[in-house]
Amino acid sequence: MVGLVIVSHSSKIAEGIKDLTDQIASGHKGIIAAGGLETGEIGTDAVRISEAVKKADDGDGVVLLADLGSGIMSAETAMDLLDGEGISVRLADAPIVEGAIAAAVAAVCGQNMDGVIAAAEQTRAVHKIN
Amino acid sequence: MSTRVYDCLKAIGEKIIENKDFLTDLDREIGDADHGVNMARGFQSVIEKVSQEDPDIGAALKKTGMTLLSTVGGASGPLYGTAYMEAAKVLAGKQVLEPEDFKAALEAAIAGIQKRGKAEKGEKTMLDSLIPALEAYTDKIEAGAGLFEGLDAACKAANEGIEFTKTIAATKGRASYLGDRSIGHQDPGATSATMTLEVIRDFVKG
Repeated sequence: MVGLVIVSHSSKIAEGIKDLTDQIASGHKGIIAAGGLETGEIGTDAVRISEAVKKADDGDGVVLLADLGSGIMSAETAMDLLDGEGISVRLADAPIVEGAIAAAVAAVCGQNMDGVIAAAEQTRAVHKIN
Repeated sequence: MSTRVYDCLKAIGEKIIENKDFLTDLDREIGDADHGVNMARGFQSVIEKVSQEDPDIGAALKKTGMTLLSTVGGASGPLYGTAYMEAAKVLAGKQVLEPEDFKAALEAAIAGIQKRGKAEKGEKTMLDSLIPALEAYTDKIEAGAGLFEGLDAACKAANEGIEFTKTIAATKGRASYLGDRSIGHQDPGATSATMTLEVIRDFVKG
């Protein structure tokens, strides 16, 4: 099953999104929150993200969802750190909450990396009102 | 030499920590007021984690990069972290830094920053100091100068780069939200990058 790693500057945001996806995609064991710094401070940590990817991967690959700014840069750095580890990992270009939920549902339904990325990225066009 | 590289990294860290409030104030003008705080936190960890036991310059720089990736928190984390790690690859196994080695390391660091930040010169970033610094350094050493003279020219160019950042609007990072209102302010990243080069120059001078 494709794993997911939720990258946010805030550990509470990342954990909160994981709570939501756990509810919607129950049975998915490979969704990992990687928010904030190890100390709990606000920020993103590429090394923690890369460790989370290793935990989230069961061989089917991992999709990253990131909030903004340095969250994106740290996610990309984490992907570089994983070079040579043999893990397929991609960053979804999607809003983090909507994207994570769509990706979790697609993953738990057995979609592959392309399917999970597409599900996450489709949420970019979703209007909230009308 | 491994002792020397640790001492140099420690000196860079102390300079950044000493200028924490200055860098944060520069960032308050045009960014999110965290550059000094974040860099100081990162280099405090570097001072604690990198040690005189690290076997060579490359190993010490790699550990510095990994530590910055983990502890800085803001965009400077992946940018400086990548810069140090790319420089580390070039200097792997080196115990002594020749003028050509520093050129190759600075080139690799700049390429890493450009890849990570998707930025070019002229966008009001640390590249506006680092790219002219590399050009000035290269000119000097190709004319036969040594490490110190090369670094001294690099620092002069980097400081001119800081002045240049005052004249342009930011198009990358948080400061880009301000558009033309960022003109008149010097870039905090260009400032911390220049400080780094100055510490290395002063360290080489001894």
